[in-house]
Amino acid sequence: MSTIGYASWAVDLKDVGAIYPFQGTETIMVVLGVAFWIGWHVLQIRQEEAEIAAEMKAERRDDVARKLIDDY
Amino acid sequence: MGDNVSTLNVIFTEFYYWVTVVFMFLIHVGFCMYEVGASRRRNHMHTLMKNTMAIPLITVTFFFFGWWIYFAFPSGLYWFNFVEDPLFYDPNLVAGPASPLMGTHLSGVNETDIAAGITADGLNGAAIWHRLNGVFWAAFLLFSITTASIVSGAVIERIKMGAFWMIAVLLGSVLWITDAAWGWSAGGWMVKYLGYHDAYASGVVHGIAGGAALATLIVLGPRLGKFRPDGTPRDIPPHNPWLVTIGLFLIYTGFWGFYAACNIPMISPGSIAGQITGETWTTTNIYLTPTTLSAITMNFLMALSGGMMAGYIFSKGDAFWTYSAGLCGIIGASAGNDLYHPNQAMFIGAIVPYVAYKLHFWVERTFKIDDAVGAVAVHGYGGFMGVVIAGFVLWGAPSSPYEGYAVITPWGNFIGGCIMVLLGFVPVYILCKILNSFGLLRIPAKIELEGLDFKGRAAYEAAVAEITAAERAMLK
Repeated sequence: MSTIGYASWAVDLKDVGAIYPFQGTETIMVVLGVAFWIGWHVLQIRQEEAEIAAEMKAERRDDVARKLIDDY
Repeated sequence: MGDNVSTLNVIFTEFYYWVTVVFMFLIHVGFCMYEVGASRRRNHMHTLMKNTMAIPLITVTFFFFGWWIYFAFPSGLYWFNFVEDPLFYDPNLVAGPASPLMGTHLSGVNETDIAAGITADGLNGAAIWHRLNGVFWAAFLLFSITTASIVSGAVIERIKMGAFWMIAVLLGSVLWITDAAWGWSAGGWMVKYLGYHDAYASGVVHGIAGGAALATLIVLGPRLGKFRPDGTPRDIPPHNPWLVTIGLFLIYTGFWGFYAACNIPMISPGSIAGQITGETWTTTNIYLTPTTLSAITMNFLMALSGGMMAGYIFSKGDAFWTYSAGLCGIIGASAGNDLYHPNQAMFIGAIVPYVAYKLHFWVERTFKIDDAVGAVAVHGYGGFMGVVIAGFVLWGAPSSPYEGYAVITPWGNFIGGCIMVLLGFVPVYILCKILNSFGLLRIPAKIELEGLDFKGRAAYEAAVAEITAAERAMLK
């Protein structure tokens, strides 16, 4: 058994095509990959919105904002 | 050099490795920026010199004995071998510092060569090694310097330079090249008997460096003030996060060269002389099994992306850990990136840094280990996990083009990963204990608080005071 379909390299390379592991699962991997990507956006937006909401709730400090503006 | 095709192949290969060496040098530019950015202002020059002087020290020692070890140790320790297999090459002819093949050489055989025992042809012959020996040596040397530099970041702001440079030479010119001979060469005993597979050095470079860094940190101890009286850790943020991140990007860039340097760009089945039949030339990894430059390029980028995406989420957008996770993602996928599908590289690149990140803070809290840049996590834990995962994902795949070699297995790679980490940990721990017993390891507390740039700072302040006084006097 070999996950790449070859248990030895006693082959003529002109007859060899795909050599990655778990051939036949490409579509599943794409589905999972797309889920990872979409999920990343969901999590990122949630995190960012939570951070902004927390900052908005914090007590406003004009002296801090003024210093940050002055610091450029 | 034989016919025109052979000549073209040799000169192309020579140029190919030369390019990789130049790219890999960027890793060290990145390391310098990264470490200086991570250190506090009073330690800049010490941090810089500590890292950069490892380059010449490892270079000369790698010339004197490091390259020789690679050819002498594939079956064990040369004078004490673990297996009885004959060596592929005569290390004294191919890599001895006094061999004519280690100097400028044009492939013919003259009296100097004959006196040294060099023939025109054969595995030890001038026809193979005359042009390629130097660029192979340089590529491996850059791997050596990288391995030592990984430790450098972890120990900033309290280690003596003399101690670090001894650790760097031990790790760069002895230990890592020993593990490369065992598990990262076509004739290495770990490849033949364990089926060890680590194509882009998850364990061979990163695992051993992580083990060495951990050993050093245990003996060295944390920076002053790192832990509160109740034992909980304080954050010591980098003085310049921007410099740190640009440094990491340069390390990524140099990593491209590293990946390319791990391949044989073009070789015929006849030259491999293994089980592959036919006339189709191929690119191979270091074990001489087929891969493509396209595959490793896609996998590098997908693993980097998986690591950065995961790192951004689990670190809640922290720049240092997001970029470190990208690096850890590549390291985690590197062992099998010659064969992985890009989606597999991405998932492995996302999972490994998450575990390494959690382990970093758990080890910090539990064992009071102050790893200033997360080197043990990114390289050590990430590299070890990468090796183990490759054993599962590539289970049953051939480790070599030669008959009689074990196939890749989870247990072969697990044992191999442990060997890599321990080979870095144990000798470096012993060296650090010896250095510590002589008071040569750690900077005194007074100087650590004042800053390690005390000597340069005093000279700088004196020079500024003198020149400004002189200029003021001219105004009167």
